[in-house]
Amino acid sequence: MTKLLDAPASPARPSRPGRAGRGASGGGPTGPGRTPLSARGIATGIRNLLTSPKYGPVTVTAILFVAIFIVGGVRYRGFFSGQVFLNLLVDNSYLIVLAVGMTFVILTGGIDLSVGAVVALSGMIAASLLQTGWSPGVVIPLILVLTSVLGLLVGLMIHVFKVQPFIATLAAMFLARGLCYVISQNSISITDATFVELAVARIPLGGNLSITPSVVIALVVVAIAVWVLHATRFGRTVYAIGGGEHSGLLMGLPVARTKVLVYVISGFCSGLAGVLFTFYTLSGYPLTAIGTELDAIAAVVIGGTLLTGGYGFVLGSVLGVLVLGVIQTIITFEGTLSSWWTKIFIGALLLVFILQKVLTARRR
Amino acid sequence: MSAVIARLVASRLFWPVVMLLALFAINLIAFPGFFAVTVRDGHLFGSLIDILRNGAPTLIIAVGMTLVIATRGIDLSVGAVAAISGAVACSIILGSPEPGSLATVAVAVTVALLISLVLGVWNGFLVAVLGIQPIIATLILMTAGRGVAMLITEGQILTVNSPPFKFLGSGFWFGIPIAVIVAAVVFGAAALITRRTALGMFIESVGINPEASRQAGVRARGLLIAVYTFCAFCAAIAGLILTANTAAADANNTGLFIELDAILAVVIGGTSLAGGRYSLVGTLVGALVIQTLVTTVYTVGIPPIATMVFKAAVVTIVCLLQSPTTAEALRDFRRRLGLRAGKGVVAS
Repeated sequence: MTKLLDAPASPARPSRPGRAGRGASGGGPTGPGRTPLSARGIATGIRNLLTSPKYGPVTVTAILFVAIFIVGGVRYRGFFSGQVFLNLLVDNSYLIVLAVGMTFVILTGGIDLSVGAVVALSGMIAASLLQTGWSPGVVIPLILVLTSVLGLLVGLMIHVFKVQPFIATLAAMFLARGLCYVISQNSISITDATFVELAVARIPLGGNLSITPSVVIALVVVAIAVWVLHATRFGRTVYAIGGGEHSGLLMGLPVARTKVLVYVISGFCSGLAGVLFTFYTLSGYPLTAIGTELDAIAAVVIGGTLLTGGYGFVLGSVLGVLVLGVIQTIITFEGTLSSWWTKIFIGALLLVFILQKVLTARRR
Repeated sequence: MSAVIARLVASRLFWPVVMLLALFAINLIAFPGFFAVTVRDGHLFGSLIDILRNGAPTLIIAVGMTLVIATRGIDLSVGAVAAISGAVACSIILGSPEPGSLATVAVAVTVALLISLVLGVWNGFLVAVLGIQPIIATLILMTAGRGVAMLITEGQILTVNSPPFKFLGSGFWFGIPIAVIVAAVVFGAAALITRRTALGMFIESVGINPEASRQAGVRARGLLIAVYTFCAFCAAIAGLILTANTAAADANNTGLFIELDAILAVVIGGTSLAGGRYSLVGTLVGALVIQTLVTTVYTVGIPPIATMVFKAAVVTIVCLLQSPTTAEALRDFRRRLGLRAGKGVVAS
């Protein structure tokens, strides 16, 4: 098997054009890829980076983020500061965690519509239990277990009963949102000392810069996710399922277990995001986080993950969240722009990214 | 006899209809006068009429959604399109010097519907010409559409005082609510056009195998654009009814989650999200199941806030019942029963 996979890359077939050669138009028989130091070589390299299905979209997102940030810095005073950047992380730490979970699901070619409702549900559970005097040390693990179990049920429904992910997670969304209302129709504020402390705590980074504990948690989640996806067998199976579930099965990969587990991961991440969100808002409210699933999906798509699965990076999704965040920040700085422009901008961005992907696919 | 039952059970409409009847039964127990339809001031009144009237917008969208899903697509933008059409109509009526005149309302409705056609062509263009996955293509309009609707209403809730417009949402014609008549017309037109011509078969063929249908000479591109346009048109009609019912355009809340209800209605009706064969009658039953469920929650006295939990339960039950795994398990079970019965006969 390994031999078969390695065969095309082996030097036994030197005539096969490499990736660098394929991307260049009108190159001579020697191939422009041989002279990587020339200007043309660099241009080819950049072009290959931009059009490669693996790294292209992420690179574009990164460039876009930097570009928007520079535009903001030029236009507004006080924009070009470290704290504005760090605030992107502070304000969006829960969305980063959500996007990480969503990335796992989308990499397998699935989708999870329930994340927004689960964020609201975990906030409601936290607020109501803390109100009755439970300790945060019990409440937070309980929430994470409950949301993981919900994810497990969704995963089983999808895998065992062959229900489409769209419908199964839709049912989970209704369930979670409904349970929110059952717990309470009104906003419950959190007065628990530990939660309040975590909500106002700042971790100084030297200078005038600081972050919140939520950011640390989110970054740890991202680091673990990167490690799982790129250094473990489970991660490779996730990519393999997205690339072709049937091929994965034929290769003897544990497709069933992995497919269920990605929904457990997404459930866990939604629960954790819900906890981080309560650190941010210090309350539980049944109508909160409506449409957050769309933000998470948009972040993943803007981050370059293919919705059919198989291609994409967690770090891309983090970049996607940052792009969404920086747009919001710019709209805040502009002041005269109304909040609904955010939605139009996000829609337009989605369009640009999807078009870029379509054009890339055409060129290849 | 058993063959008849087996065929009934195997029918795609069996479980949805059972679900609907079960809901009716629950209602009848909780509220004996459930089926009573009375005439008051020349209008029909009763729980069934309420179900039909409140379910009309969902049904109208679900009809368009059925055709989209039959092509192996999905349209997430219907809620946003409904909000846009309501916003357009209300802002035109508000901006005119005579908000109460029939001509103003006619212009408003026409413009709103025309705009929805443009939005539908946009969705269809993304899907059919650029080849973007439907779920993503329509996600763009779903996200941006609400923003556009808010742009039109400038973030306000536009309240209009226009009797002809209000009539569209809460009026009656020969005692029947206008919304129900509109839904019936949309449903009938869709059924006639797709089932009395080859159009329905073309739609199914595109859903089953786009490449094969192309080779067989079906013009998939035009067909897809037409289907998405029709769906957006349906969404706009539903949006106008919803807006007219409250006489106010709320860019944030008009048609919120209606795309999910419409998709549910289609799925409960037995049309697979994988495309291909579709059933408009199934969609009708599905829409009725959803609306009856909401009504049941009210009549039984469960707090209405728990509606979503019940929706989740119904969706899960219907999906599990329709799942191939369940069908296989049932077949297995029946075969084993049959074997045992057969052995019994041999033994005696």
